[in-house]
Amino acid sequence: MDRDRDVRSSRRGDEPIEMMTEVAESHEIYRTEFEQIQRQGAENLRSLRERAFGQFVHSGWPTTRLEPWRFTNVAPIARSRFRLPSVGTGVGGDNTADVAGAIDHTQLAPFELAGIDGPRVVCINGRFSSALSGASLATLPAGVEVHGLADVLATNPALVESHLSKLAGFDTPASSFTALNTGLLQDGVVVRVAAHTVVETPIQLLFVTAGGGQIMTHPRVLVLAGEQSQLRLVESYGSVPGVTGDDDTPYFTNAVTEVVVGDGAVVDHHKLVRERAQAYHIASMHLTTGRGSTFSSHAITLGGAIVRNDVRAEMNGEDGECTLNGLYLANGRSLVDNHTTIHHAAPHCNSHELYKGILDDQSRAVFNGKIIVAIDAQKTDAKQTNKALLLSEDAQINTKPELEIFADDVRCTHGATIGQLDENALFYLRARGLDVEQARNVLIHAFASDLLNRITIPSIRAQLDDVLLQQLPGTGHASFAIA
Amino acid sequence: MLEVKNLHARVGGREILKGIDLSVKAGEVHAIMGPNGSGKSTLACVLAGRDEYHVTDGSVDYEGSDLLDMEPEERARAGVFLAFQYPVEIPGVNNAYLLKAALNEVRKHRGDSELDAIDFMEFVKERMGVLEIDQGLLKRPVNEGFSGGEKKRNEIFQMVVLEPKLAIMDETDSGLDIDALKVVSRGVNALRSPERATVVVTHYQRLLNYIVPDFVHVLSGGRIVKTGGKELALELEEKGYGWIETETSAPHVAATSPSR
Repeated sequence: MDRDRDVRSSRRGDEPIEMMTEVAESHEIYRTEFEQIQRQGAENLRSLRERAFGQFVHSGWPTTRLEPWRFTNVAPIARSRFRLPSVGTGVGGDNTADVAGAIDHTQLAPFELAGIDGPRVVCINGRFSSALSGASLATLPAGVEVHGLADVLATNPALVESHLSKLAGFDTPASSFTALNTGLLQDGVVVRVAAHTVVETPIQLLFVTAGGGQIMTHPRVLVLAGEQSQLRLVESYGSVPGVTGDDDTPYFTNAVTEVVVGDGAVVDHHKLVRERAQAYHIASMHLTTGRGSTFSSHAITLGGAIVRNDVRAEMNGEDGECTLNGLYLANGRSLVDNHTTIHHAAPHCNSHELYKGILDDQSRAVFNGKIIVAIDAQKTDAKQTNKALLLSEDAQINTKPELEIFADDVRCTHGATIGQLDENALFYLRARGLDVEQARNVLIHAFASDLLNRITIPSIRAQLDDVLLQQLPGTGHASFAIA
Repeated sequence: MLEVKNLHARVGGREILKGIDLSVKAGEVHAIMGPNGSGKSTLACVLAGRDEYHVTDGSVDYEGSDLLDMEPEERARAGVFLAFQYPVEIPGVNNAYLLKAALNEVRKHRGDSELDAIDFMEFVKERMGVLEIDQGLLKRPVNEGFSGGEKKRNEIFQMVVLEPKLAIMDETDSGLDIDALKVVSRGVNALRSPERATVVVTHYQRLLNYIVPDFVHVLSGGRIVKTGGKELALELEEKGYGWIETETSAPHVAATSPSR
């Protein structure tokens, strides 16, 4: 019976047995919030939310007995009681207006990307803030639409109805967080680029948690890239100090992104996770690629107590290219988990994956890369590499490739390496006058350099250069986060 | 400048240096020769501060300071430079970055202002000419994919840029063809001055045709067994190391082959 298995999994996760009872009941705790959103949120999402929340209650929080969550124990999230800050009346959300009003642009400065003068959407506590986004959205190029999701649902629901929640499935116990996000869905961001439109300036989506107390937010992003369109996106997550100055409070970000890459489209996606050291960040990105399209993702994790990034790519069109890159830095006792799934459903597609992690102190990381090649996806070329640099004896990584290949004319390679800083290189640098810390930082930066070089937005690269060269690992810094 | 007294050192529990005495004055070039396994490279590494070499006895004074008490980077900043026998490949760090960081550390130590990117490039370009080094090298990762000769040349290039007071060259000549040898020697000779000193560690005499030493020391079994002028190197070339070993009848040398 389930109880027995709970006990076993709880031992693996070092959680007391009693905890699991509490956890088993805790998925009901957000019913009040759900019912409030059902009453006040956009009507056209009612049945979707009903279904999703029902699924969340049915599945419960994922436990470590589920293979995709085997190394990531979410009990700290499950046993917390987070507050939904802004149950509002559709557009804007009342509370959000207050919180957003208390935030000025200077507080968002840490999230500023130098030299990018394009559209920047700001969501405070998961709610679209027209006050903070407004000016930058006033001058969008022709063919580009950027909206708050609640606004779209109120004014032009047809724009999103056929896409929302179509890629981000939530029917399995492992996708419980997506179910929770969808069950409490009220706002987010919609980006639509018309066919044949090229957007040169990156579009920034900034999700900020603000205010005091244990806040949870459920950001939602929907990106629709039309046929032959081109765009770059930067999705950033972080927090600004609460009004109470209570910065040690854990908060919880539970984000879901869906991206539809049209035929021949080129989408370059960046995700920057710079959550507070006490924060939990669980996110999944679901995408589909059309014929001859190119999608690349750069998932960069710099801060958070538990950070989980799922990427699920469905390569549905022939001749598609999909690149999934990731860089993660962890220290203290934090945990970073990257799970990727690339489903080669169509023939003649290439996928490349390169994930690199730098782990210090007692931090842990998980990398799981799944590649599925469907029976008729011939001429698939898939390459997966995962490398981890462990800076301390206590840091730990669990890495696993998962290949499910049903076609016979394919090329799939995978490799994982785990290493420490090279003592010979350290001595060489010191013998040239660099002190131990400089030498370590230079080598850490060097480890990440090939990933950095693949990032096409110079200001992101520059920020990462600074983080890697100036943060001193092992000096007790709570987090690598820039903010 | 450098006073080594009764230096004993172990590596991996084995005693390699068994009482080295060596005195190097400013303006001098000393060659340290000896068969494989005699402790030549160990001496170079101990002077540079490599921590897997444990000094068990003796002292090293460098310009009035206890060299053995200094971290490797402190030695480098104070003007001690080791040209590595096996330069390390560092993917992801380009030569310009390393060289600029190293140069600025040395300059800070001397009380000079740090160079910005433009001044640095100017400073470096001048010196590249001497060593016939292509500018493209600056952008390449440190030693990655370099041939043996390129690596050695890069070491000497770094040396010429950093202008050390005491340069220690650990078998810089091994693996170099005659042209590369000449280029490397030109770099070393360009640095020769009354304020600087050079210690050339080598197995062969041929480098000393180009970098003419004031003194030649023969290391055998962890001790300096013979010291002479530049003519000693020629004698060694002619007679081989077996001659010295028989002559001095040093113990513990049986394990080393007399010559390659």
